[in-house]
Amino acid sequence: MKLHGIKVPHKKNTADMAPIRMAIPPRVKIPMSMHIGKPAKVIVKKGDKVQVGQLIGEADGFVSSNIHASVSGTVEKVEDMTSSMGMKIPCVVIASDGEQSVHESVKPPEITDFESFVKAVKLSGVVGLGGAGFPSFVKLSVKDLSKVESVVINAAECEPYITSDTRTMMDKTDYIKKGIGALKQYMGLHHFIIGIENNKPDAVVKMKAMADEDPEIDVRVLPSIYPQGGEKVLVFNTVGRIIPKGGLPLDVGVIVINVTTLAFIGEFLESGMPLIEKCVTVDGSAVKEPKNVIAPIGTSIEDLITAAGGFKSDPVKVLYGGPMMGLTVPSLQEPVLKNTNAIIAMDAKEARPLKTTACIGCGACMSHCPFRLDPREISRAYQLDRPEELEKLCVDLCMECGCCSYVCPANRPLVQTNKLAKGKLRQYVMAKKQQEEKGAK
Amino acid sequence: MEHQLTLSVSPHFSGKRTTQTIMLDVLIALLPAAVASALIFGFRSLLVIGVCVAVSMLSEFLFEKLCKRENTVLDLSAAVTGVLLAFNLPVGIPLWQAALGSVVAIVVVKQLFGGIGQNFANPAVVARIMMMTAFAGTMTNWMYVGASKGPDAVSSATPLMAAAPGKTAVMPSYLDLLLGNHAGCLGETCAAALLAGGVYLLARGIITWHTPVAFLATVALMSLLCGKDALYQLLSGGLLLGAIFMATDYATTPPTKWGKVIFGVGCGLITVLIRFWGNLPEGVSFSILLMNILTPYITKLTRNRPLIGGAKKK
Repeated sequence: MKLHGIKVPHKKNTADMAPIRMAIPPRVKIPMSMHIGKPAKVIVKKGDKVQVGQLIGEADGFVSSNIHASVSGTVEKVEDMTSSMGMKIPCVVIASDGEQSVHESVKPPEITDFESFVKAVKLSGVVGLGGAGFPSFVKLSVKDLSKVESVVINAAECEPYITSDTRTMMDKTDYIKKGIGALKQYMGLHHFIIGIENNKPDAVVKMKAMADEDPEIDVRVLPSIYPQGGEKVLVFNTVGRIIPKGGLPLDVGVIVINVTTLAFIGEFLESGMPLIEKCVTVDGSAVKEPKNVIAPIGTSIEDLITAAGGFKSDPVKVLYGGPMMGLTVPSLQEPVLKNTNAIIAMDAKEARPLKTTACIGCGACMSHCPFRLDPREISRAYQLDRPEELEKLCVDLCMECGCCSYVCPANRPLVQTNKLAKGKLRQYVMAKKQQEEKGAK
Repeated sequence: MEHQLTLSVSPHFSGKRTTQTIMLDVLIALLPAAVASALIFGFRSLLVIGVCVAVSMLSEFLFEKLCKRENTVLDLSAAVTGVLLAFNLPVGIPLWQAALGSVVAIVVVKQLFGGIGQNFANPAVVARIMMMTAFAGTMTNWMYVGASKGPDAVSSATPLMAAAPGKTAVMPSYLDLLLGNHAGCLGETCAAALLAGGVYLLARGIITWHTPVAFLATVALMSLLCGKDALYQLLSGGLLLGAIFMATDYATTPPTKWGKVIFGVGCGLITVLIRFWGNLPEGVSFSILLMNILTPYITKLTRNRPLIGGAKKK
């Protein structure tokens, strides 16, 4: 069996460019939610002096994450901002003093066992850097470690344009090795699979060289078929198991971790510096000089792109992440987040809206869906307001990878409808549950 | 400077293929057969194709204007219908009849059901069947220049008529069937040109092999079982035209792999039934129409099962 996917243009223009470190911006805006889960609690107030690496937001509840100052300076204000998901999120604005003095709390963590390792990962504030932003320590807090057969290291980087993971593999090989070492030592894991698309030959060479020294590391060079880096897709293509609907990789004995996340953990164990900066691919048709830029978290997109060389034409659409799954930003004042791996700025031509025409029933959406969903039927069931049909069609499996919309010759908004349909199904399932509870009483 | 940024839902990239490029590919694939028809039947075949295409596009344009629908004439689907209908007509068909057939195909079969993608039956197939009923004489007047050994075309038998029991007409050789040197509808005779078009569509990914292969294999197998000449059956009549270009229409055939196979097998069976035991020499049009009607059920039966997984190893 093979999972379906699509061939997308690679546009890995920046793969050969070692990242440059941008000058410290005059101010950073750090939201308290750059992860899946509850927003962190702000623990600084206006006027406070902060230093690099100082905790400014404390994890609130189990699934949450610590947040640290990325520059030294003064807290200018604590205000609410609207996140890309439409929620009001408190955020801390720090005016930089340019010193970048490091806070006293920044020191290599002392780790002796699994528990202290997970605690250190929690302290570092690291979240899934591939884009999902799921707090890493939660993922690593496995109750029964004997169930984990393999660790799949996600280095597929299947989105067009983005090369920040490629750069991690090129520039931070030693930290990847350290990260793997830590998982071996503190979690007793012994099988590591690096899944990597074949459009990154240099990174493949680096990873293979690393694997040659360590029989427990296995490099899998995978075809460049989008969405190779989707968690379920990668797990199937590396260990041959399908993660059940609504389940986690752990259900099939696997932990999936992004290669940059792993390298960060390796680096953190050595330096103790929490997650305060990101390597971001700055590219797109409106960008003058595409490059990889290391930016403090909270840097505005405008400052980031200016540091990269500015625009060559008016940006019409600007994305967090790649063109297949990226989120559009409403303004260039939005900050770089923990899970920002690319900022793509598109000019009028690249961002032009496509005309939607009638469905011709070609079935391309269906034959390209990795999970074999039927977007056409889902659209119909959604429009007819039939959630029970949506349940049968398993729309909740949809990971919104965008293959269906990409291949649709009629340019129908299939992913958009899937998203709406997922919402409708969620409501329906909740209502059904409530009804059942009532009935039980 | 504050930029006015567009907000939209992902994906922000799209493939290059559109309905228009698909239809253009189909037209390109039909081109060899059109050229062949001009070589075999003379200039008039191009005239018939031209009339059918022009009237198809015009009736689509006018009908959509009349109904205040969005105009889809530029997606070229009406042009494809026009060419396919023309391919199903004898070269001597009066032009007004060809035009009327085109109007029926576009207005009655396609637009009245909601336009592109909404029709349940293939417009060209239904229009042809309508014309066979209404204009039985001109629709079966097979003119073929080669038969007279002179400049004038004369009526002659089609290969399937020649092969029918009790007939004495000379059956064309395989080479003549391949090259199309025999009587028949103007686009159906040259097997080589149709196959070339089919290879093009497969290479471009416009169609998959499932329907044509299932259709042709069924006819071949049934011919063998019934003691007929399988190759002769495959190369004659409207079989290749139907299997490659009409049984692969998106809107009126199943989109699933197995659905396509079932559709093809069904078409093959009905074709053979009509050819060997029916009153008509040819049954491709009817087979496609009948299977069109079954399409929603076949699709339902063969729907993809979503990968919901289980903890099982595979």
